[in-house]
Amino acid sequence: MAKISSALFDIGYIDTLSRQNSLIHGIDTRVKVLTTLVFLITIVSFKTHEISSLFPFFIYPVFLIILADLPFSYFVRKIIIVSPFAVLIGILNPFIDQTIVLYIGKIGISGGLISFFNILLRFILTVLSALILVATSGFNNICIALEKLYVPKMLVIQLLFIYRYLFVLIKEASQMSKGRKLRTFNGKGMGIKVYASLIGHLLLRALNRAQRIHMAMLSRGFDGEIRTASNMKFDKKSFLFFILWSIVFLIMRIYNLPQIVGYFVVIILK
Amino acid sequence: MSHHIIEVNDLHYTYPDGTSALSGISFRITHGESVAIVGANAAGKSTLLLHLNGFITPNIGKIRIGDFSLTKKTLPMIRRTLGMVFQDPDDQLFMPTIYDDVAFGPINLGLSKEDVHNKVLDALSSVGILHLKDRPPYRLSGGERRAAAIATVIAMSPDILVMDEPTSNLDPKSRRNLIELLKTFKHTKIIATHDLDMAVDLCERVIVMHNGKIVADGSIMEIFQNDSILFSSHLEKPLRMQGCPKCQNSFIEK
Repeated sequence: MAKISSALFDIGYIDTLSRQNSLIHGIDTRVKVLTTLVFLITIVSFKTHEISSLFPFFIYPVFLIILADLPFSYFVRKIIIVSPFAVLIGILNPFIDQTIVLYIGKIGISGGLISFFNILLRFILTVLSALILVATSGFNNICIALEKLYVPKMLVIQLLFIYRYLFVLIKEASQMSKGRKLRTFNGKGMGIKVYASLIGHLLLRALNRAQRIHMAMLSRGFDGEIRTASNMKFDKKSFLFFILWSIVFLIMRIYNLPQIVGYFVVIILK
Repeated sequence: MSHHIIEVNDLHYTYPDGTSALSGISFRITHGESVAIVGANAAGKSTLLLHLNGFITPNIGKIRIGDFSLTKKTLPMIRRTLGMVFQDPDDQLFMPTIYDDVAFGPINLGLSKEDVHNKVLDALSSVGILHLKDRPPYRLSGGERRAAAIATVIAMSPDILVMDEPTSNLDPKSRRNLIELLKTFKHTKIIATHDLDMAVDLCERVIVMHNGKIVADGSIMEIFQNDSILFSSHLEKPLRMQGCPKCQNSFIEK
């Protein structure tokens, strides 16, 4: 139960972050969405054995976190929470592919291990950039931006409603769970059977609420289309943000910067 | 001004599961009246309100709102005339921010951007929450949420306000603010409630319902003095009309 409520608090927190005023927060949300998209595509396009060339990409999230004044530790925690998914995907690689591809000193590193790290790195970069997007724009603004970017309206409305009623649903669920906990003793009544009926009730309640919301919408002239009054302005600053970062991503994608730097260092040392 | 009149004629309704909710409701509310609808739980108040806005079609009976009798064709017109404030503000505030929520109705009415903007600001300041316009609904207190829900309806400029339990879940001060606010509205008001003191504050007329029937309809002061009506419909005299526990005097002269 404590977990459910704290999850609610956590979502509220990222929402608070998105309400700050900073250079990054002021950039048009559509631009941030597009830039994040370019970033994600670049990261995903890497082959499975690249590691060194991925590192320069951290400049993007780190840059944003610093400029937007976001708490670094919060993101670290979030990433650790979802990391099991990425670890599960990659964990078998070191066992499947055991051919040694490089030596560090005398320790042989297998291809599997490298692809495992590759998965982890790409996971951290992608999740981090997505979280930063939400923390600098706010979920609702992202939805509106998506709509302006011609994402199907149906999908956007679904997202908006999920976000709006997530809070209500979590509150109801945590209240039900509290109610059950107060009347369970020695683990009795905590079984899966009770759980099932709890979930069932939650569904019924949600259905009822959906009906009432629909009524409220109808009584204010809802005709199948949701129109919002918000304006977004696309200024020079936003345009520059998108172009510059896209160029930076492209350069980092084509050239392996750490390798080039290393090459020069070696030449200078000689 | 005939368009503020509500006329209900011999309304019968039975829910699909067989529960009879309304059996023979008739009344007429004229322009500018404030009417409280009171009664026990499951007396049929909410069902009646849902009829007024056409969410439920009666089995038997007719409803007339203003110049229109309620049919599928006149429904959009009627929903515009009759603003409905739901019991749970969470049901009514479904947009990302309060501003968007209040704008939802006016935009759907097809008003221009500028008009929508003015309407929203007017509605928000009339309920005193203009400063909250950019907040998401889940960040508001109960009282603020209620005010926002009312603003969403006011922005549609309805002639008639229908409210289901407007003072439920409010702390005493928010409740008092709400009552003062509702007093300033000149609309025809229909308020379904258990808060009989609020009813006394706001309404001159009361309709008492019990088991889907109207038991009494008339002046609120007279009916709330009638112990047998109140008792048989599971109600109690409003606190201020009861004797003072110390000196046994009622605050309102009998």
